[in-house]
Amino acid sequence: MSSHRFAGEVAIVGIGATEFSKASGRSELRLATEAVKAAIADAGITPDQVGGMVTYSSETNPDVDIARALGIGDLTFFSRIHYGGGAACATVQQAALAVDAGVADYVVCYRAFNERSGNRFGAGVQGRAPIANAEMAHLGSYMPVGLLTPASWVAMAAQRYMHVTGTTSADLANIAIADRKHAATNPKAWFYEQPITLEDHQASRWIVEPLRLLDCCQETDGAQAIVVTSLERARDLPNAPAVIRAAAQGSGKGQDMMTSYYRDDLCGLPEMAVVGEQLWGTSGLGPADMDAAILYDHFSPYVLYQLEELGFCGKGEAKDFIKDGRIEHGGALPLNLHGGQLGEAYLHGMNGIAEGVRQVRGTAVNQVEGLDRIVVTAGTGVPTSGLVLSSDA
Amino acid sequence: MDTRIDHSVALAALVGQVSGEPAMGPHLVNEAMIVHWVEAMGDANPVYVDDAGAREVGLEGIIAPPTMLQAWVMVGLRATLERESARASGSAKSGEESANDTMMRLLDEEGFTSVVATNCEQDYDRPLVLGEQVAVQLTIEAISDVKTTGLGTGRFATTRYDFYVIPPSTERSGSAIAAEVASAERIGTMRFRILKFAPAPRSAPKPPRPLPSVTQDNAFFWEGLKDGELRIQRCTSCGTLRHTPLPGCGECQSLDWDWIVSAGAGEIYSHVTVHYPQVPSFDYPLPIGLIELDEGTRIVANLDMNPDDVKIGMRVQASIVAFDDELSLPVFAPVTA
Repeated sequence: MSSHRFAGEVAIVGIGATEFSKASGRSELRLATEAVKAAIADAGITPDQVGGMVTYSSETNPDVDIARALGIGDLTFFSRIHYGGGAACATVQQAALAVDAGVADYVVCYRAFNERSGNRFGAGVQGRAPIANAEMAHLGSYMPVGLLTPASWVAMAAQRYMHVTGTTSADLANIAIADRKHAATNPKAWFYEQPITLEDHQASRWIVEPLRLLDCCQETDGAQAIVVTSLERARDLPNAPAVIRAAAQGSGKGQDMMTSYYRDDLCGLPEMAVVGEQLWGTSGLGPADMDAAILYDHFSPYVLYQLEELGFCGKGEAKDFIKDGRIEHGGALPLNLHGGQLGEAYLHGMNGIAEGVRQVRGTAVNQVEGLDRIVVTAGTGVPTSGLVLSSDA
Repeated sequence: MDTRIDHSVALAALVGQVSGEPAMGPHLVNEAMIVHWVEAMGDANPVYVDDAGAREVGLEGIIAPPTMLQAWVMVGLRATLERESARASGSAKSGEESANDTMMRLLDEEGFTSVVATNCEQDYDRPLVLGEQVAVQLTIEAISDVKTTGLGTGRFATTRYDFYVIPPSTERSGSAIAAEVASAERIGTMRFRILKFAPAPRSAPKPPRPLPSVTQDNAFFWEGLKDGELRIQRCTSCGTLRHTPLPGCGECQSLDWDWIVSAGAGEIYSHVTVHYPQVPSFDYPLPIGLIELDEGTRIVANLDMNPDDVKIGMRVQASIVAFDDELSLPVFAPVTA
């Protein structure tokens, strides 16, 4: 049973974001600066109080540039986390570890990109001759074959999962329908006021069979930042703290980056089970205690995998679990109440953490009445991370 | 909109026009040219080469093969090239431009600069015999509307060749030949149809496929494929196979390894069909399989089959395909029972 020392002793106290768009019209560094500035203001602190910064290894904006741009002073902790969207909740975990260890009092986590108007991840890995190193040797082995994109990497696992569990494309639609329903009532969402039906989903074109366009997340320009500090300090700040009950990273047996195709089966995400064991073990809570969930949804099938790995339902049962509105606002386990990455924005998971904070504060547009506890996950198919947040009660 | 030059009216005016003065063949009908022709054609009919054989079937001696009709008026390669280059460079004097030359120039101006012969029909009125002098007169018989064909857009043009026998002579002007032809015996005709066309823009050559990232750990795999072998790494300590290559064995922690050569037989464990995005190196929709090899490892590879026919559990067999000098890959196709 995991029991992380920092759990319950640290909190998220500030969130800030830019608008989410398809063409921001400004630099990625400008987006990052705007979001960090907004998060610091939301936390009710001043830039000189920030002592640590954490981001993704795929981030293009150096922490020191943002620090200079905002008058952030001495930094005593700075860290970057690998594996794309798998880093999302891990930024908060690292911030929590630093705060709990006394290395920094206030740590800002951030992610910013022009992922639609600039470098599009969905365009895939292209170019004739990749660099010769171990990281490229792995993904590079799929490039000559034409398996170049995140959608294609996920689709290969999903086809097997659907074959084994009897999950259909129409079953996957329930994820997209719920996300878009929630986005439809979220003015910050790109797909505000644009819900979809099962027919819309089934009529959307194939991207990589068995994935349709509406199974795939958006591509987004934008930025999101989050401020972490101790619960003790949080209690003196203006916003109600979102207490970090647990924060964990996980990598599993047979782990690869996006293409763990050589495991005993392709119907699980063992790395998310590693995260889940730590989240439940540390928090003393379980799936049944969650009032809502923010599950990383770059591609719809892996939401089903996560429900199973985190214990919300049994193996192979997710296709039935997600039916009949259970995952929609008002259902037993509302998912991705901001609209998720299919509906609100693809911010590499960081916007999902912000939604978790808003739900705990009670300020979300699709607020779950009386919400006390929420689980948030990071990118799947890669070494990943997760959080359990709750109110300070 | 199409902004190309349109000479439809001028071309229509050429139809029915006689093209230039008639031309006389450079040689009389002769045995030597006939012999070369039948040798080249592999035609053993004695009536073309053996006087007695010809008389045996009721002829009055050797006749020329009927299909040689045009051969008797051909001026040879050098003269043809000189005439073509004069036309192409515009140095042919306007007064010397025949209706056929005009037609070709107008079609060039329309952008139909390429040419291909599409049909040739010949009709024979009587056989030619040794010693006869052949002359030819060209008439433009038809020019089509602009058509779009598999080769490109252009016009079909049909020229009729009327062949005559005139009295043998060594020196005669065009007008003198014309006078002879006017009262001569026609011995055959030929309709020669060409397509003058603008070649369809050549599609950009498909760029080569991306190359793998080759390191000291995985070079054996990629080099094996270039040698036509599908190699699977094997732990020499515990015998466990592993793919993709790694320097150590997760089962027994040995760093010692070699490889086996897979027979390339297996079954489809999972698969996808890629539709978007479309990278120019590949053809879409692109089926890709995760193959469970009989030896016990899996491998991602292209599938040589209709994407709609791919099924999990299907038996497949690899062939090693060289895509270019730098890249060979296993490609799997269904095993037919």
